[in-house]
Amino acid sequence: MAEVILNKDNFEEEVLKSDKPVIVDFWAEWCGPCKKLGPIIAQIAEEKADSVKVCKLNVDAEMAIATKYNIQSIPTVILFKNGMAESTSVGLKSKDELISYFGI
Amino acid sequence: MLDLIIIGSGPAGLSAAIYGIRANLDVLVIEKDYEGTGQIALSSKVDNYLGLPGLDGYSMGEKFREHAVSFGVNFLEATVTEISQDEKDNHWIVKTASGEVKESKALIYATGAVHRHLGVPGEKTFDAKGVSYCATCDGAFYRGKTTAVVGGGDTALDDALYLSGLCEKVYLIHRRDAFRAAEITVNRVKEKENIELVLNSQVEEILGDERVNAVRLVGGRTLDINGIFIAAGSVPVTGVLDGVVELNPAGYIVADETGVTNKPGFFAAGDVRTKELRQVVTAVSDGANAATSAAHYIEKTFG
Repeated sequence: MAEVILNKDNFEEEVLKSDKPVIVDFWAEWCGPCKKLGPIIAQIAEEKADSVKVCKLNVDAEMAIATKYNIQSIPTVILFKNGMAESTSVGLKSKDELISYFGI
Repeated sequence: MLDLIIIGSGPAGLSAAIYGIRANLDVLVIEKDYEGTGQIALSSKVDNYLGLPGLDGYSMGEKFREHAVSFGVNFLEATVTEISQDEKDNHWIVKTASGEVKESKALIYATGAVHRHLGVPGEKTFDAKGVSYCATCDGAFYRGKTTAVVGGGDTALDDALYLSGLCEKVYLIHRRDAFRAAEITVNRVKEKENIELVLNSQVEEILGDERVNAVRLVGGRTLDINGIFIAAGSVPVTGVLDGVVELNPAGYIVADETGVTNKPGFFAAGDVRTKELRQVVTAVSDGANAATSAAHYIEKTFG
């Protein structure tokens, strides 16, 4: 499944009210490591479609949400469960590292 | 058995791969990142590489990789856990975290270096909460705020210049009174009104509550800041090489520009070897040299 693109209008519905666990990739165009992480996140979305919803949030466009979750470094990936940010990974990681870190 | 295994896919590894393929070698590049391009992806702008002025580091890395891919280079995404040499014919055996074993007549080690931590109190506590190692990634979170950059090389000064365009004020903290960065960059930094040089100074502790709010220097001076960018040198990625090949006390592989090390068939290229100038242009040239040395070695030894 393709990643869900988040904005201020769908964040609550797609992330906070999701039945499934959600991982959100906070990224920006200016950030090289974020762009390296992009295809890895896309692979996770494809392979883990049954267990997790994968979303992307461009911090440039949605700085208010990034600020709300105290994002100070990107790429940051947050796992949400039942509307709560449960664990956070900062920096460029491999697919295997992310999958084992989040237990997805 | 492969002719040549290259470990690392930064500028040195990719350049070595192209030269290896052109020498008609059977080449495999092992990389830890998915479609990696090395540390260069972190640089905001590269102004000193011939023919590609002002390109951002990410795009430069992608160009390098596209070039290698167009030559048919094979890549394997894997973390190398062990390297050994066969006692009979001196070929090299590389084991990965997933249990794969790859063997080759020669090996080029081009894993580069990673950023150095300062190792001061607060650095870990506030990692990603005001402490950053990538100004291009995180600078935008400090728009209109006050930041500090630690370091005196090209990366530190480029970071300070980049941040000066976003931040109200940037402190540049350096332990000496002269910079290692290129003179033109030093002059640009000195011309910026919102960059304050804090020379002959070392960070003692990074302070904050939820996130960074100050940095205390040795001697007691405290600067109020919202974020701190650390660009104080790098450390080589040579963790799996203990007892494999000669390293200097700082962990760099002892090798000159030919890439030749103290072990037959083991060559070093890029930031990971002992040298004066660690830049894209020297990494690319190392890759070419190491692949040429490897090709000669293979021909001489394996016929």
